[in-house]
Amino acid sequence: MPNFRTLFDQYDWNGVYDSIYTKTEADVAAALQRPVRNLEDFKALISPAAQPFLEAMAAQAQRDTLQRFGNTLQLFAPMYLSNECQNICTYCGFSLDNKIRRKTLNPLEIEREVQAIKALGFRHVLLVTGEATVRVGVPYFEKALKQIRPHFDNISIEVQPLDEAEYRTLIPLGLHAVLVYQETYHKAAYRKHHPKGKKSNFYYRLETPDRLGRAGVHKIGLGALIGLEDWRVDSFFVALHLRYLEQTYWKTKYSISFPRLRPFSGGLTPKVVMNDRELVQLITAYRLFNKEVELSLSTRETPHFRDHAFKLGITSMSAGSKTNPGGYVVEPQSLEQFEISDERTPAEVAQMIKNNGYETVWKDWDTALELVPSLP
Amino acid sequence: MKLHIADKTFTSRLFLGTGKFSTNALMKDAVAASGSELVTVALKRVDMKGQEDDLLTALASETIDLLPNTSGVRTAQEAVFAAELAREALETNWVKLEIHPDPKYLMPDPVETLQATEVLAKKGFVVMPYIHADPVLCKRLEDAGAAVVMPLGSPIGSNKGLCTLDFLHIIIEQSNVPVVVDAGIGAPSHAAQAMEIGADAVLVNTAIAVAGDPVAMAHAFQKAVEAGRMAFEARLAAPEHTAKASSPLTSFLDA
Repeated sequence: MPNFRTLFDQYDWNGVYDSIYTKTEADVAAALQRPVRNLEDFKALISPAAQPFLEAMAAQAQRDTLQRFGNTLQLFAPMYLSNECQNICTYCGFSLDNKIRRKTLNPLEIEREVQAIKALGFRHVLLVTGEATVRVGVPYFEKALKQIRPHFDNISIEVQPLDEAEYRTLIPLGLHAVLVYQETYHKAAYRKHHPKGKKSNFYYRLETPDRLGRAGVHKIGLGALIGLEDWRVDSFFVALHLRYLEQTYWKTKYSISFPRLRPFSGGLTPKVVMNDRELVQLITAYRLFNKEVELSLSTRETPHFRDHAFKLGITSMSAGSKTNPGGYVVEPQSLEQFEISDERTPAEVAQMIKNNGYETVWKDWDTALELVPSLP
Repeated sequence: MKLHIADKTFTSRLFLGTGKFSTNALMKDAVAASGSELVTVALKRVDMKGQEDDLLTALASETIDLLPNTSGVRTAQEAVFAAELAREALETNWVKLEIHPDPKYLMPDPVETLQATEVLAKKGFVVMPYIHADPVLCKRLEDAGAAVVMPLGSPIGSNKGLCTLDFLHIIIEQSNVPVVVDAGIGAPSHAAQAMEIGADAVLVNTAIAVAGDPVAMAHAFQKAVEAGRMAFEARLAAPEHTAKASSPLTSFLDA
């Protein structure tokens, strides 16, 4: 059975680091010229040597994205179902050791949040939880999917990694996509930032996309949390992971996110700070590396950044996000997972998209396209 | 000469896709400028639950027929399910069968497409299958009841033109149903070339939607398709690599 771990273990963090940081401007120029780019080209494009080429990278990324995705941008909303969590994660507002009031939405509360999110115009929703296996495990997800599915055209989840068989029970309930970010591919740093809870198992998380691929989910979301370790090396491993998955699970679609660590109540100061130029470099490098992968930008980023950067490779964005369970109507004042930067309403973001000559895509899936036998 | 597919007759041999436009208004203007009478809409993008849908509203016209497509499905079973829902919601038994389990290059699955065509044709659908430029598969689809075959010129959205030219020649020569070249047509010259070699129609989306001026480009495609068809009907002279002045090998026979 193929497994990313086998490939991953052949790489050494420091070796990758040296390889990226010794790339030259000639390597970058050559990478830009190539019609098809490999992982060495990707390293050159994310290297410090590529900074002088940023405008050329942006122009090519924009052309490639327009050709594949057209003048469109998808919008979706995150819906936090629970902030209960048994993990300690040094950078997260839901961490077990963070003294906040814990909340898991019940069916009545879910219904109120669903109606509020629908009223904002959303047709695609991302369900988010912490990791509290007993209270917020597969039976909870099954019930939530059955309840929420009839209200939206497309449902993604960002929850704790599950077993393959568990994914197989959720997919027929209308689960379209699963986002599972490795946070960091640096094993020692991973241990440091995840000292307690099921999440501390590095390889179980690393192998999650393999389990999802085998289970046949439509889309898998990858990413590294930017701020924990060198972002260039982490992003290389995301690209390696993507390439491996595309070759192994060729019926699955992939998306990448690049969340920059944001402040939260009592939180960690990032070890590595990525500036805006570097984030644009990373976005455009992903696009030049892979013309088809979806790239997603969240409300962690500022309106100024989002309004300009979305045209350089991005295919979907969240808007008007609330990062606390019940954040839309049930308990709007409770503590968030992280502070958002773009506080505009979805309608305001859609207007901005229109003003830029793009069409907002609210709906890009339909229940008619999959056999969902157990819909109520 | 007009194009006949199932119970319909088309003056225009240019079919359009509706994705990738920056606004529905622009899409509507481009469709009008193209003269197209058949446009395909992705089921995943339109609202089939009875609510007002902006895309469908923009396309509402007596001269334009809708061709729902199944983009997003991965199997024959899913395609049949989607086509039946579309027939009910959009009130048309026409369907563009797109079964591409590969979301990266969107390569059509020949096995699932053939199976779905058999089932849907029996259920009374006008089936227009999107497939690779495979001459044998085209004949099998014809036998299965496809109303047309839609071989690709090159990968969807690639704008690379007729990379499959040699196979398109064979398909056109052998086909008893109309051949619509779909996917990869990136310039009016590509469309003209497809028409010149005898394709019955072409389907274009990206090249128009992403052009600097989509309306003007739609018009350019209209002209190219008309010119290509006219050239095909007028019968092209065969190309020659050298001038033919004399017959050095056989002139002795005239002596």
